[in-house]
Amino acid sequence: MAVQNSHLQTLEDESIYILREVAAQFQNPALLFSGGKDSITMAHLAKKAFYPAKIPFTFLHVDTGHNFPETIEFRDAYIKKLGVKLEVRYVQDAIDQNKVKEESGKYASRNSLQTVTLLDAIEELGFDACLGGARRDEEKSRAKERIFSVRDDFGQWDAKKQRPELFQILNGKIEFGENVRAFPISNWTEEDIWSYILQENLELPSIYFAHKRRLVKRDGAFLALSDYLNLVDTDEIIEDVVRFRTVGDMTCTAALPSTANTVKLVLDENKASKHSERGARIDDQRSESALEQRKKDGYF
Amino acid sequence: MDLLRISTAGSVDDGKSTLIGRLLYDTDALTKEQEALIEKKTAEKGLADLDFSVITDGLIAEREQGITIDVAHIYFSTNKRKFIIADSPGHVEYTRNMVTGASNAEVSIILIDARKGLLEQSYRHFFISQLLRLHTVVFCINKMDLVDYSEDVFLKIAADIQRMTASFEHSNPNIEIIPISSLKGDNVVNHSSNTAWYQGETLNSVLHQIESEQDIVTAFRMDVQNVLHVQNNEFVDYRGYSGRVASGTITLGDEVMVYPSQKNAIVTEIRKDINLLENAATGDSVSISLDREIDISRGSIITKNNEAIPITEKSIKAKLVWLEEDQAAIGSKFLLQAGSKTVQVRLEQIHAIIPPENPSNLQEASSLKLNDIAITSLKLASPIFLDHYAVNKNNGAFILINPRTNNTCAVGFVE
Repeated sequence: MAVQNSHLQTLEDESIYILREVAAQFQNPALLFSGGKDSITMAHLAKKAFYPAKIPFTFLHVDTGHNFPETIEFRDAYIKKLGVKLEVRYVQDAIDQNKVKEESGKYASRNSLQTVTLLDAIEELGFDACLGGARRDEEKSRAKERIFSVRDDFGQWDAKKQRPELFQILNGKIEFGENVRAFPISNWTEEDIWSYILQENLELPSIYFAHKRRLVKRDGAFLALSDYLNLVDTDEIIEDVVRFRTVGDMTCTAALPSTANTVKLVLDENKASKHSERGARIDDQRSESALEQRKKDGYF
Repeated sequence: MDLLRISTAGSVDDGKSTLIGRLLYDTDALTKEQEALIEKKTAEKGLADLDFSVITDGLIAEREQGITIDVAHIYFSTNKRKFIIADSPGHVEYTRNMVTGASNAEVSIILIDARKGLLEQSYRHFFISQLLRLHTVVFCINKMDLVDYSEDVFLKIAADIQRMTASFEHSNPNIEIIPISSLKGDNVVNHSSNTAWYQGETLNSVLHQIESEQDIVTAFRMDVQNVLHVQNNEFVDYRGYSGRVASGTITLGDEVMVYPSQKNAIVTEIRKDINLLENAATGDSVSISLDREIDISRGSIITKNNEAIPITEKSIKAKLVWLEEDQAAIGSKFLLQAGSKTVQVRLEQIHAIIPPENPSNLQEASSLKLNDIAITSLKLASPIFLDHYAVNKNNGAFILINPRTNNTCAVGFVE
């Protein structure tokens, strides 16, 4: 075993504690799994928390239909190896049922449409807790999120009604119909995640590493060329060697010109770049409070 | 690299957000997006100095009102240390957030406006850091630029701080006092020529020199979170008790005493994932197996046989901080939670309310209201096996849950 970094050890122990509390305090908890690095880390921690027993969570993926095919392929292979149950619910179904309306125009994205599908899935499958891989360092309104965040019947988040969280004591008491979003890796930073992936030798979808790809150059950013993207006249199609820093939808996740093709190189390059991780998320740049508004509506 | 958790407290307009922004800016810890946002907001407001508050004031309501209303967590690291800052608001009505922010911190930074000196709230902030027994308190005398970097002003406030800290008999934390200007950057990360009379360290170097908390508690305590039971080809009949070590150490072969069943057993396995360990210490999340089947489940606590025993009485004395709007009358019932242990309790007696700005001036009361700090007696439905907070922080604190709302309504410290 590699020599462990002491702060990573602390973070790991803390996350395992939280995952075990979720398993104990709730009847039917789900782990939200997107196939991204944060949910992969969370799944790995869940394996460690309960070994040799099985992971006591159902995995849930809200599939927008606009994911990178590499991520979906990875997701399925990973789930098979882990031996857990995966439920997938599709945003396309909500669109077909006229529950949500597909956005139009140049910046059309299915990102905010996920909320309806997520809330429907929680109700359909009866989850009383959902584990999310959100981190407080990602965005300003995330910085105020509790480890256990209570949502009402409508999945809504009220910043002013959050329970105070003291020490390591987690109060998961809820009424029937309410549910809790639990964030076991709240205190990890992006750098911690990559350092841990390196230490634990975790596998990731290939799009996290440098590869050659056809791209759309728009507003100074590079988007993956795909059928889901509404092209406009000013878009320029190019080919370059890039990697992705997050795995959101193909329509709103910008690529980074990079030759980093190993975990170590990605870690070094991120450290040197000083750009924020969500800087490449077009959906968050819509306004200063874009993510907070989505969270109030029930987004995870 | 180690991890240091800090809590910041200050009154409205003392410039906490600016201080944190300055700390991040001068240690080169901000992203390009954050730097661009600071410059944009500064230009929009037409300010002469950089407006750092946009970094920490996260929520829409805060931006509208220009104040911080909830605990925000900020992460940054240097080559030597990783920091987590819980930025707690300083209004009187948000004391609960300050206690919350400080509960996971080792160090508290208290901001004082150089023009105003110690305020009622400064006493409250210091009292809370003492209540939680944080080992280091750093006073930043901020806005020194607005008092012409006067040494006399600094010395007068420092003397007031020393008088205040001396009035607490039971604590002996490290106290640091630093003259700064977050807006101008004096003594935050870089030594300032404006305060040539100040020979001490900058805030940044103080934060790097603080020794992380040593584990002085020897008694082993671990709450059982889950019972892991596995029967398969590889594990014929595995039974592990999972938990995070709250204090002390445990070694293979140790004899343990489990509460509430009060049964003994010998530790036969300490496991973390696929790794089998010789021992485990404070903070480790492990699974422990024992040599015999005894009555043990979630909510049990494992202790070591030859060490100090936890409190076994059905009545405890505790300091409470009331955290919710609903008032509590004597006789009210609550659910007490500490780690994975829970028990029904009744508020038996309110001995006194402690005014944090003048702790020796105890007040009488028949009920508890938001932000009250009180000495109370609680009657437990059954013993919960906590320790005195002064002896063992990790097994000496608890929360009370209001059964009518499920809200966390109080935090308690066992006397």
